[in-house]
Amino acid sequence: MTTAKIPTTVPRQSATFDDYTLSEIRRAAATGLYDIRGAGSKRKLPNFDDLLFLGASISRYPLEGYREKCGTDVVLGTRFAKKPIELKTPVTIAGMSFGSLSAQAKEALGRGASAMGTSTTTGDGGMTPEERGHSDKLVYQLLPSRYGMNPDDLRMADAIEVVVGQGAKPGGGGMLLGQKISERVAEMRTLPQGIDQRSACRHPDWTGPDDLEVKILELREITDWEKPIYVKIGATRPYYDTSLAVKSGADVVVLDGMQGGTAATQEVFIEHVGIPLLAAIRPAVQALQDLGMHRKVQLIVSGGIRNGADVAKALALGADAVAIGTAALVALGDNDPQWAEEYAALGSEAGAYDDWHEGRDPAGITTQDPELAKRLDPVAAGRRLRNYLAVLTLEAQTIARACGKSHLHNLEPEDLVATTIESAAMARVPLAGTGWIPGQGGF
Amino acid sequence: MPTVDLSVTSLRELNQALHEQSDPGNDRHWIVKNPKGQHALAAGVDAELDIDIEGHVGYYCAGMNKQAKITVHGNAGVGVAENMMSGVVHVKGDASQSAGATGRGGLLIIDGNASARCGISMKGIDIVVKGDIGHMSAFMGQAGRLVVFGDAGEALGDSLYEARIYVRGAVTSLGADCVEKPMEDKHREELAALIDAAGATGEVDIGEFRRYGSARSLYNFKVDNVSAY
Repeated sequence: MTTAKIPTTVPRQSATFDDYTLSEIRRAAATGLYDIRGAGSKRKLPNFDDLLFLGASISRYPLEGYREKCGTDVVLGTRFAKKPIELKTPVTIAGMSFGSLSAQAKEALGRGASAMGTSTTTGDGGMTPEERGHSDKLVYQLLPSRYGMNPDDLRMADAIEVVVGQGAKPGGGGMLLGQKISERVAEMRTLPQGIDQRSACRHPDWTGPDDLEVKILELREITDWEKPIYVKIGATRPYYDTSLAVKSGADVVVLDGMQGGTAATQEVFIEHVGIPLLAAIRPAVQALQDLGMHRKVQLIVSGGIRNGADVAKALALGADAVAIGTAALVALGDNDPQWAEEYAALGSEAGAYDDWHEGRDPAGITTQDPELAKRLDPVAAGRRLRNYLAVLTLEAQTIARACGKSHLHNLEPEDLVATTIESAAMARVPLAGTGWIPGQGGF
Repeated sequence: MPTVDLSVTSLRELNQALHEQSDPGNDRHWIVKNPKGQHALAAGVDAELDIDIEGHVGYYCAGMNKQAKITVHGNAGVGVAENMMSGVVHVKGDASQSAGATGRGGLLIIDGNASARCGISMKGIDIVVKGDIGHMSAFMGQAGRLVVFGDAGEALGDSLYEARIYVRGAVTSLGADCVEKPMEDKHREELAALIDAAGATGEVDIGEFRRYGSARSLYNFKVDNVSAY
């Protein structure tokens, strides 16, 4: 008599306690420290891929893709500044500090952006001569830490960006761990070399919108009202924050979604605080429209912009320009497969490397190690960034022409539909094939 | 001696004029009348001027000052001499919050009291307060010296880096990583020089001051310090 084999179920992994979650529990139990990393949110979020353009057909008239003009220029700071910034493409480079990035990387960003007629932005560490020298248009950030802040650099800047928050960590301050506080970085930040630098989450001399208005007045007075003044916010309550930034006197509002990168922040902060860019743009635009300031106070959006379609979609939703950070670093050479073996040696892999705070970046970008930093040729990397910016611009133009627009700013929400209910609700455009915009006008 | 009456001249006109005084041949002594609490007065000056403001001022008076000696004959609002680079700013009355915030150089003298966050994130400025200071003063102070003739409020020197603090009166509490340190001769000499620079030699007994600085125990993150963060 044979015994029948009893069937068994295959081992079942938990969807709740997946491999990543288990590894993080083990890591936390072993170290007692929260996980710190660079880059932005890595979780799947509603994003621009959920939107589609309605190209021209019988009811709309397209423009010839290779012949008819489609403008890309944008002027930022037209509200109060005597010297607004004129950009040839609406794709700017987001704020990233010398300290978090090598001097070569900052130079490459300046070279690439300048070649395309757009701007770069300093970060939480002050302005370096290399950066100023290689950036035709440089935005100088005023952050809570005020590292390196001085009136001479303020006057040398082409615009000033008051940083209230950023998408990766709205409500959080900066962080640069000791490994990256080299002698030069320490000197620029007035800190001892090698210590962990933690910069404040709040500005030291203003606390609310009424104070911010006075702070902006001071910055205008110091710079004789020449410079456009941006206010950068992390996306959380974009309608109210945009309204308050406008009330405070901003020329430009910079809105950063949770996909926006950071040099170093707690993983829990990156993934659980803030909202996706897709959900943030329309409330911000609504705030500008309600105040009668749309296109008068310009809106720059950032956080996960990857290609010209993203650029076109952001502009169609009402932004005046976009900013890129992570994508710009990738264009320079970040996470490049040519360093695969070295990423593996660091316990990571090309495409996933995010321990930017450790300063051991094989690509020589997020490091202060002189030997690693030498790997990045700023001229060649700047050329790659220029190429990438050109492609973003050309792709956005391609879509705009297909929609019959002679300027990227003529794109509008009516050119878009959504493929998911969530994205339809967030972007306030109809679900494809329907006239339904969830959340608008009841059910 | 140029005299600017802010009841007839605008803030913009005043600051523009002050910004155009880099030529040493210009008049060095300026008098500003009727400030009436206006903000950003004499902000961004970069010249060896002697500016007397006859009355109370609002926020950010003498902000980012370089070289100038600016005297406020009254009280000062939030952020007086914020991010000062060099020069001297003297408030004859009291100062509001964040006096000398992030200052990188120069000397700020406050004859009266200073409110909360005096010297917050200071980066090299020297501050002498002849009265008391409020809570969270010298928070994250990186460099420079803070001298207080009176008392200090709660959480003095919280998360302090390398700024040095001297207080003559009572300290309500010290912030995280701020500790009292022994007064040695070199510290008494440093303190005496600061008091002298503030024109207050003989007003106080240096022997009555106590010194506070960073314990430097939070400079690199350690899990065992987590309750202090």
